[in-house]
Amino acid sequence: MLDKLKIPERHYLNNGHGLASWLLTKDHKRIAIMYLISISVMFFLGGLFAVGIRLELATPQGDFVQADTYNKFFTMHGVIMVFFFLIPSIPAVLGNFLIPPMIGAKDLAFPRINLLSLYIYWIGGVFTLYAMISGGVDTGWTFYTPYSATGSNTNVVPTALGIFIAGFSSILTGLNFIVTIHRMRAPGMTWFRLPLFVWAHYATSLVQVLGTPVIAITIVMLGVERALGFGIFDPGRGGDPVLFQHLFWFYSHPAVYIMILPALGVMSELVSTFTKKTIFGYSFVAFSSLAIAVFGFIVWAHHMFVSGISTYAAMVFSFLSFSVAIPSAVKVFNWTATLYKGAISFETPMLYAYGFMGLFLIGGLTGLFLATLGVDIHLHDTYFVVAHFHYIMVGGAIMGYLGGLHFWWPKMTGRMYSEFFSRIAAILVFVGFNLTFFPQFVVGYLGMPRRYHSYPDEMQVLNVLSSAGASVLGLGYLLPVIYFLWSLKYGQVAGPNPWGASGLEWQTQSPPLTENFLEVPVVEHEPYEYEHIVAKEKHLV
Amino acid sequence: MSNAVAHADAHGHAHAHHPALQHHFDTMGQQKEAAVVGMWVFLLTEILFFGGLFAAYMIYRVWYFDAFAEASRSLSLFWGGLNTAVLIGSSLTMAMAVRGAQTNKRAATVNWLILTMILGTVFLGVKVIEYADKFEHHHVPGYNFQWAAAHEAPAAGGEHAAPAAEGAAAEPHRELALNGDQLQLTTQIYFSLYFTMTGLHALHMIIGIGIMLVITWMAWKGKFDAEYYTPVEMAGLYWHFVDIVWIFLFPLLYLVERHT
Repeated sequence: MLDKLKIPERHYLNNGHGLASWLLTKDHKRIAIMYLISISVMFFLGGLFAVGIRLELATPQGDFVQADTYNKFFTMHGVIMVFFFLIPSIPAVLGNFLIPPMIGAKDLAFPRINLLSLYIYWIGGVFTLYAMISGGVDTGWTFYTPYSATGSNTNVVPTALGIFIAGFSSILTGLNFIVTIHRMRAPGMTWFRLPLFVWAHYATSLVQVLGTPVIAITIVMLGVERALGFGIFDPGRGGDPVLFQHLFWFYSHPAVYIMILPALGVMSELVSTFTKKTIFGYSFVAFSSLAIAVFGFIVWAHHMFVSGISTYAAMVFSFLSFSVAIPSAVKVFNWTATLYKGAISFETPMLYAYGFMGLFLIGGLTGLFLATLGVDIHLHDTYFVVAHFHYIMVGGAIMGYLGGLHFWWPKMTGRMYSEFFSRIAAILVFVGFNLTFFPQFVVGYLGMPRRYHSYPDEMQVLNVLSSAGASVLGLGYLLPVIYFLWSLKYGQVAGPNPWGASGLEWQTQSPPLTENFLEVPVVEHEPYEYEHIVAKEKHLV
Repeated sequence: MSNAVAHADAHGHAHAHHPALQHHFDTMGQQKEAAVVGMWVFLLTEILFFGGLFAAYMIYRVWYFDAFAEASRSLSLFWGGLNTAVLIGSSLTMAMAVRGAQTNKRAATVNWLILTMILGTVFLGVKVIEYADKFEHHHVPGYNFQWAAAHEAPAAGGEHAAPAAEGAAAEPHRELALNGDQLQLTTQIYFSLYFTMTGLHALHMIIGIGIMLVITWMAWKGKFDAEYYTPVEMAGLYWHFVDIVWIFLFPLLYLVERHT
């Protein structure tokens, strides 16, 4: 049957050729593809700095690079990965591509603003790349004052300006999603028929819209202090550097949820599709996304337990931080319950989903250790923290992103990638990831601080394990580039719905038309009605 | 672009659409609702953007109230009050412009918009006068910041500035517990916030006037009618928002403790 499938004659990729048809497009799908290319470049650039870090840490002595260079390595790694890869990753690529077809719309509500957000992202990227090429920056991605305002002699202002600019790209994407989900749903697509992917993006957009302006104004204050000599955070003039930390984390903690919430949305789609079952507790999963977004805004000071904040405030923030575990656990339990008695299969996207569940669990639980006041005093600024947030951001967000990319790749391009090599890559990523970051929990617990380029000899074994794991992980990330590119020309034609999934986006051709559907779809079924679909197929047979 | 052509063809059939209806919306109503929701979400981001500054202001005002009161008294109530009146007036003229567009009155729309821009420019002009005054008195934060000079003798020349500052540092300053040195530092925080807040507000006004130039030109070309005046309304929402920010800035910066 598969050999009969053909790529449709007319689709968004051949509707207009040449550079201008891409750079001036208003099609959300083309913009998503351009985002995909841009963030992939940024990902491998950020990865290069990680290579530098792991090379240095292969030996206890600081022998590969100078301490100053090492500072720049981890700063640029953090800045690029957080602001230019993780934050745009799933929303700007998968969300951009999929939200309109998932809700039965022709495009996002504001196509021109969507394109504008891509250009803003590029401009922000150029500033940051300029800062990098002309000497780098060494403050850490957190830009703590007073070092960033008066101490550092590196390119703080251009880097911060790049982040400031890229922030508006994130705001505009979030704004576009909110309006689209409110106003562009097809007839019959009620709120509780929305795919959970869309719910997760709605929650993400709220965080983007409410959080990002605060980091923007914080950067403005830092900028005027550093560039014009204003005094806002400078303790020498009566200013308060801890105020900077409050403002910074008011955005940057919720920003973690900008990274992980869309991945949780991807997971719900994957688990349901590859068990051929209705998701267990749909409304709980939907509302847990909103709950995570809301809780995300009231826990920021758990980054500052040792910054001299009041003990009582620290206690409150500690308890609030624990509470984030509730909606997170609701999701994991619901996925597990969905797996129960499901027709489970092991295609590549689902391999990433299994990996995600385990890693997100470890990442989440170690978060509870860090939210505990006494434990945090021991673990603060050690590799335990580094391992914890990489379990969430890499083990969670990137696994979700890769799972989603493998799941929707046939929809985006119309072709399948090599199932064999993609499974190998998924296993490499999982093994490499654990080998890289699990030893860091141990080494952090033993007291190795982050951001140092040398360490005591007895910690070498664990660090070498970590560096070795990083090279396996790197291989796992390079492999998809090869088979994805290969699939564009030689991949098997996928057809509209290769996974037998239930979402509206699978009802249209792959790759979709520029306007997504031939005519406006009318939604008549509840979400994830696999019982209904399976029954229909059996009846036909 | 082939894209646009395809849509033009597709929409050429059946009943005529309003020329301003974009291809991905079904009705003008849906298009307008989307714009309104989008604009309000944008204004929400603006509130949080200024919110960070207001939070910083609040904390330092509680910590250094005396310095804030002192520094606030050096601002001109006349210019600040005048600007408040000008901005409130410009909100009225903006509302009249939207009304003009709603009721198909092209000339009225254009005239009210021009009047709004004039009032906005008056506001910025006054701001220039005030900023120039701050520069003259060394009230701009940074290396040349000098608090006591202006306070002791506002009309005095530059050569008296330095000794006056030392004098202020030596003796307890009025009934305030702070001595001159601390005032020198903490009034600087006030002025850092003053310039950042009013500067960002002024930047928003400049952007607003830029937007209005485009809207006025579009209104002049007759692009708007009772069925489609969304851009005028959105520009109006933005302008009112910028006004409201000033309504908060004026008492917070100018009226900290005026009764003494």
